[in-house]
Formats: sequence, structure tokens, C-alpha cells
Amino acid sequence: MRALARLTVGVGALALAACSTANEDARPRSAAAASSDAPYASTYTRYPGRPTALVGATVYDGKGGRIDNGTVLFRDGEIVGIGDAALSTDGYDRVDGTGKFVTPGVIDIHSHLGDYPTPSVDAHEDGNEATDPTTPEVWAEHSVWPQDPGFSRALANGGVTALQILPGSANLMGGRSVTLKNVPSRTVQGMKFPGAPYGLKMACGENPKRVYGGKGRMPSTRMGNFAVNRQTWLDARKYADGDRSERDLGKETLAGVLDGEILIQNHCYRADEMALVLDMAKEFGYKVAAFHHAVEAYKIGDLLRENGVCSAIWADWYGFKMESYDGILENAALLQKAGACVVIHSDDANGIQRLNQEAAKAQAAGQRMGMNIPDAEVVSWFTLNAAKAMGIGDVTGSLEPGKMADVVLWNGDPLSVYSRPEKVWVDGALLFDALDPKRRPVSDFELGQPGEGDVK
Amino acid sequence: MNRPAAPRRRLFAMACMIGAGALAAPVAAQDFVIENATVAAGDGSEPVENASVVVRGGRIAAVGSTVAAEGLQRIDGTGMWVTPGLVASVTSLGLYDVSAVSESNDIRAGSSPFSAALDAAPVVNPNSQHILVHRAAGITRAATATMPSSSIFGGQGAIIDLGADGQPITRARAFQIVALGEDGARLSGGSRASAHALFRNALREALDYDRNQAISGAGMRGGDVSLGDDIAIDSRLLRGPEDRGTDVLLTRFDAAALVPVVRGTQRLYVMVERASDIRSVLALKQEFPRLDMVLVGASEGWLVANEIAAAGIPVIADGLDDLPQSFEQLAATQSNIGRMVKAGVKVAINASAMENPRNLNQYAGNLVALARLPGADGLTWGQAFATITSVPAEISGLRGRAGSLAAGAAGDVVLWDGDPLEAGSMPVRVFIDGIEQPLDNHQSRLKERYRDLDESTLPKAYDW
Repeated sequence: MRALARLTVGVGALALAACSTANEDARPRSAAAASSDAPYASTYTRYPGRPTALVGATVYDGKGGRIDNGTVLFRDGEIVGIGDAALSTDGYDRVDGTGKFVTPGVIDIHSHLGDYPTPSVDAHEDGNEATDPTTPEVWAEHSVWPQDPGFSRALANGGVTALQILPGSANLMGGRSVTLKNVPSRTVQGMKFPGAPYGLKMACGENPKRVYGGKGRMPSTRMGNFAVNRQTWLDARKYADGDRSERDLGKETLAGVLDGEILIQNHCYRADEMALVLDMAKEFGYKVAAFHHAVEAYKIGDLLRENGVCSAIWADWYGFKMESYDGILENAALLQKAGACVVIHSDDANGIQRLNQEAAKAQAAGQRMGMNIPDAEVVSWFTLNAAKAMGIGDVTGSLEPGKMADVVLWNGDPLSVYSRPEKVWVDGALLFDALDPKRRPVSDFELGQPGEGDVK
Repeated sequence: MNRPAAPRRRLFAMACMIGAGALAAPVAAQDFVIENATVAAGDGSEPVENASVVVRGGRIAAVGSTVAAEGLQRIDGTGMWVTPGLVASVTSLGLYDVSAVSESNDIRAGSSPFSAALDAAPVVNPNSQHILVHRAAGITRAATATMPSSSIFGGQGAIIDLGADGQPITRARAFQIVALGEDGARLSGGSRASAHALFRNALREALDYDRNQAISGAGMRGGDVSLGDDIAIDSRLLRGPEDRGTDVLLTRFDAAALVPVVRGTQRLYVMVERASDIRSVLALKQEFPRLDMVLVGASEGWLVANEIAAAGIPVIADGLDDLPQSFEQLAATQSNIGRMVKAGVKVAINASAMENPRNLNQYAGNLVALARLPGADGLTWGQAFATITSVPAEISGLRGRAGSLAAGAAGDVVLWDGDPLEAGSMPVRVFIDGIEQPLDNHQSRLKERYRDLDESTLPKAYDW
């Protein structure tokens, strides 16, 4: 029942994900990008936390490392140390992780929580401004409903500590994304990830041409998609090269992309279309951070590696639309083999609760092909690689001193279906504890409803 | 189920179609024993290590630590698991190629003059890639059905096997589907009240049709009164001798299709989520005592679990829904199935409430994970595995005949490379009715082609 509903959203929703290597701590120089003087600025500040030492657990650091019987120290919102059992824990509350696992907080590069919140009623359909094929002027954060109960499920069941909310995929240029800390908040500003660059969601293929062709306007074909995109970039270049004195919301976003401050997150299924997009990026002087829903990425792993573009993918979705017909389980493993960047994404309020399991399925598919991808590297698919592609890889996504203390303690191997988050910290604040019912967020919407505060 | 000689030719044809590189297609049921494996019987019991499974004549012959295996082909299952094939209910397998490509999609018929009369059996395509892909994922039987679209009735679903013999139908017209929640309300004109009126009217007309071979008036009596001063349902809304000849809503085909439903000889799958809607469905038994119902969805089933259990109605429940996806699912929780099972309800995991039915085992594994979470209600491994094997088989009318390793059951056997509920475990070999199945498909062929990206001698198109 849900699958069909999801399809509607999936088809209607495009995500732009940027798999950026450049400019991870970009300091935007215009209103185009995130900065402290940008409008709608983040008001997020970390919640209080205790100096904490996780001891005795198997630690995956998110960047490919594994420490058995490891120790992770954090205080004042930051990772202080990571090492073996010899690391001193003086001054820290010790949490026994024997038999358990520690990873960085899970990061989803492709979510519509908040802009397609539950309940999924028409009044909540806020992800696609499907009135024009290019709407770079819209900002996803202006649609995000912070009371979406999905945020809490992603935290409690998925260990998600940061996520990128994208506009949908009806439009070639769907608008700006917003990266959020997965903390309950009365306002979206209270969730905005401080300093995170914006993304611009773009979409290839079937969705834009269907939506606008169906309205009897351009684009109605894939060649129409490209023509509209190219003309829009030409106009944007002209604006960017001018004095930019006249404010134009759409062009400000596009100029931000051309400046390298806003990351392109490009919904694109088919390999041949991704190759065309890479050439379009060269033609106009921008970079694609990540291709999202890239079910055919395995066909061009070499090209993606050479261009430094990440592929944000599901483990096993296929066959729901023509351009997803060639999806295979081995996509992630073949990309890894080609040396290309893999990110496991959800695009789904349910899937976001199991990104670790999706990664495990993709890993197993590689194993059956004789490719042994270590668990510690697989963990990076839903932690550091996602963070890098979102432009926040320098501050979160791995357990390294100085980084944000976004941490999950799992009650077992995170690549096992039998494991769940036991505790989740965001910036060192304990925001979920499976052992403490009061450390479980309940959205305004759920108060007084059947099942309020249930384990979910 | 057991496919005699005729289909074998098709099996060969299919192997050729799959192409070079495909396994040679087996042509007959084999007698074999799988030894030294971890065996999970599917009946709710826990897995047993170092056990054997014997298949003879296309059927399960024996299971245990010591079995008679003389003269049988021996398959070493060391390090592997053996289970009955998974049973997926409800699905659309064989009814579409690409769901968003309407020409390839037979799941919904919103412009059809018919609803209940729609019959999935003649249109199931056993060569659909989804059947091939799901066979390779260990699903050997499925309930497949058209979905409500032109009316609250979806049509008559079939139980199929996923074998490569061109003969998919295990049981045609095994069940009828009706939507009575939000979807039913929308399909019937905009209100649950309309859905219920339409439903009752349809069953009355089917009763008429059954008695008179025409839809017209028949015997009547007054409605039941519960408080003494309430207004009884007008007798003409119940069963009565009034002239119904002028207000017939059902086509004759649809009425005829609902006759086995009102007789209770064909199961009625009722799609419903909200606790109060479930109660209203349970109450239908008072009005139509012979209805043989199954709840499908039932996200809020845990709120009325005791009532469902008392009614003896099985549930095909959404496995991991935990969001208020709609106002009829406000109480959704992943503990729903665990709580219903605890109350004594027979529960299968709904294969349509996930991305693809091949996620069934992952979903069942998650229910095991819940058992370790304080405050949550999960299942034991054996219980969880039963929700995707013996329970859906029983709901499908195949109790003891599929979905378990009971002696005499169909030889639907899967050899897995690991714990079948663990993320990423996949079948190594699949048998249906004792016949080993080809596991290649479009996806496996793509995988082989793109194992490397070398085009130094010829383009990829020559790599096959």
C-alpha cells in the first residue's frame, strides 16, 4: 500500500545532491549560499550533553577505519578522542559498549521529510513547485514542516543525525535544498545545519518532461529538458558575470552554483543522461556533486570516478519507471570497484530508517560477485561519503577529534538486520535512548493521538 | 502446483531466452537431499542446525537430523540454510513490467466497466522480469491481484508459483479484494459511508443473483435493533422482497463474481487500516455470517488485536509502517505485528507494503530486532519466518501444501547463503515442486555485462 504512495512522491520529487570535494567549508560570498548573514539563518545551537566515553564497542570511524574494543570520547559537542582501550576516560561518563557498535551519525543525502511530511495529505504536498520547469528561486526550507513525525523515526530507528531536504523532481531545477540537524525544533531555522552549503536540486529524464509535456509546454522530451537547462544556464552566466545589482532570486541561486558555493544535487537515473549532464556542467562551468537515484551509475563508474561525482543510490529499487528498469543490486559494489564515490540514500520516510540495512544488502551483492568490501568502508556509504557530497564532510560524518559529536551506539552490528540504534547523540547531546522512553521525541502532531510516545 | 510434462518445453524455451550464460534449465522434479544445513521449517519453529531435507516426487518427504537418503542426489548445505520458499501476499507479480509504464501495467483498471469480475489468473505473465527477479530472491509462491480502482472491489486474485514452466497458476480466483478505508471511501464517491453502502448493496445483489440467477427482490426481515429506541435499518436495505429490478448497481459479471464471496467459499481480503474501520469489518460477520475475511493493511490492528483474535480473522499486515501516513494510520507502529501475534492473531507480512516483495525477509528480520528493544513487541525468529512462509500459505489456502517443510508439502525449497532474514542473504538454489529453477534474469545479465567496463576490443553490446 505504501509502495504506491511512495512512487508518487518519488516520481514527483527530484533531489539534487552534491557530492562535493571542492569547497567543503565554503564561505559564501553572496546571498546565494549559506552564511551567517544569509537570510533565514540557522538558529540551531547544540543541546547540553555530558562528557561521554563510549568504551568496549567495535568502532567504525566513518572513513574506513575500524577499532575493536575502541574508545570514543566527546565533550562540549565535539569528538575529543578516538582510540583503543588504552585511551584515558578520566573526566568522562563511561558508557559500556561491550558487544555493541559505534558509528558516526547516519546522514541521508536525499530526504523529503518536512516538505512531503506525514500525514501525506494534499495539504502537505510542499515539495514540487510544479508550475514552471525551472524554479531555482524556491527554497526547500520554506516548505519544511518541523513537526513531521518522520524526523523522529529517522532518529530513533535509523540513527540519522543530519539530512538534506530536497525539493521534488518535477522540475529541471527544483530549487534549493536545505541541510538539517535532526533535532526537534519549533522552527526550521532551529534545525538548519550551521554553515552547510545549499544544494540546487536538478532533475533529468522522465519527470520534468512528463509534468510539463502533460501541460502542453516545454519540455516534453529529453532534448527539451536539455534545451531549457542550457538556456537557463546561459542566462544565469550573463547575470553572474554582471554586477548582480538587481536581485533575482532564481539567478542568485544559479550564480551561487557557478560560484561553486551551491552544490548540484542531480536526480538522474540513466547512465547516458548522466554523461550528458557532466558535459552540460563543463559547458557552463559548474560541478555536479552527486547524481541521485543513479540506478545505472554502475555502467559509467569510470566516468563518475574521473569527474569526482558521487552516486546517491538505493540498494535494490528498480522497475517502477522506465528509467529505473536497469537497476541492479550490485550498483554500489561495482561503483566502489571502479573507485567512484558511493552514497546510500533513501528518498523515503521509511527507507531513511534503514539506510544501514540498505548498505548491508548492497555490500552482500558485491560479496556474491567476489568483491569483499570491508564493513568499515560500507559504513562510510551512509556517513562520511554523504557528508562530503553535502559539503559538510569537514565537520561531521566521521569520528575525528574536532568534529561534531554526532554519534550512534548500536545494540549490535549496524550492518545486521537485527541491530537498532540504542543511543543517538547530536553534537554530544543525547537525543534518543532506546532504554529511556522520555528520550524519544514526540511531534506536536502526535500529542493526544493513539500511540503517542509509543516505541514506533 | 505439480507441473506435469507439458510445460517442460517451455522451460527450455525460457532458458534459451534468458540467453547464453544462463544455467541449463532443469527439466524434471528431482529426488534429492540437502544435508548439513541449518534448516528452518517455516512453521514457527526455530532453526535447527546440521539437519537435512529430503524431496521426493516433487514433495517434501522428510526433514530432520537423521533422514533416509539412500539413492538420492546429495546436496551439501554446509554453512547454508534451507527453508521452504517464501510466500508473498499480496503482490502484483506477473501483472506489470514497469509500474509507471501504463501499457505494461495490468494492476488497475480504473476505466473498466467491471470490478469484482476482474480475474488475475488469465493475465499473469510468468515471464515478467519481476517474477524472475523474485524467484531468484527465494519467493516461490505469491498471491497476485488487481487492485481496487473502478470500484471498491479489486477483483479476483490468484495464487501463483514463480516457477519457470509457463504455468503460474496454483489457484485461480482464490480471493476477492475490497477496499473499505480511505481508499474505499474515495472509490465509492467520497465517504466511508458510501463504501459501506456500496459494499452491502453489492453483497445483497450477489445473494440475489445466487438465488435467482438474476438480480431482483427476495425475502426480507427487519433490521436488528440494539438499544430499543434506535431507528432500525430499513428492511429494504437488508434482504427483502422489494422490487430491486430498477436499482441494480452491479453488472451481472460482477454480481456473479461476488457469489462465492457471500457464500463464503472464496476469501475476501478487506483493505482497512483504522481501528474503528477494523471493528466495522469484524461486525460484518453478524450481517453476512458466511464471509470468510482476511484483513489487509491493519496498521492500527494492535489497538483491536483482541477483537481480531476473537473473530478468528487472519491479517496480512504492513510490516514496518510506523508513520501516520494518513489519518487512518495514526497509531502505526513497527510493534503492530508483534502485538497482534501476542494476542493470538494469525499474521502474515503484507508484501505490498514495501518497495518490492523481495524485501519480505528483511522486514521479518526487523521484527526479530524489535524483540530486543525495550517497550517494543517483536517476534522470535521462528515466528517471524512464519509470517512470510506458512502463515501466508495458510491464508492462501495452502496450509500444509506450501510455505513449510511439512511432509507432503510442495517441494518448494530454497538453499540460502546465510540466515535468510539477515540483510543481504540470497538464495543459492531454488526448487519449486522439486524442480530446480533458473535464477538468471535481466538484472543478473546486466551484472555480468558490467562486471568490468572494458571496451578495448568491442562495445559492451557484444558482451553477452
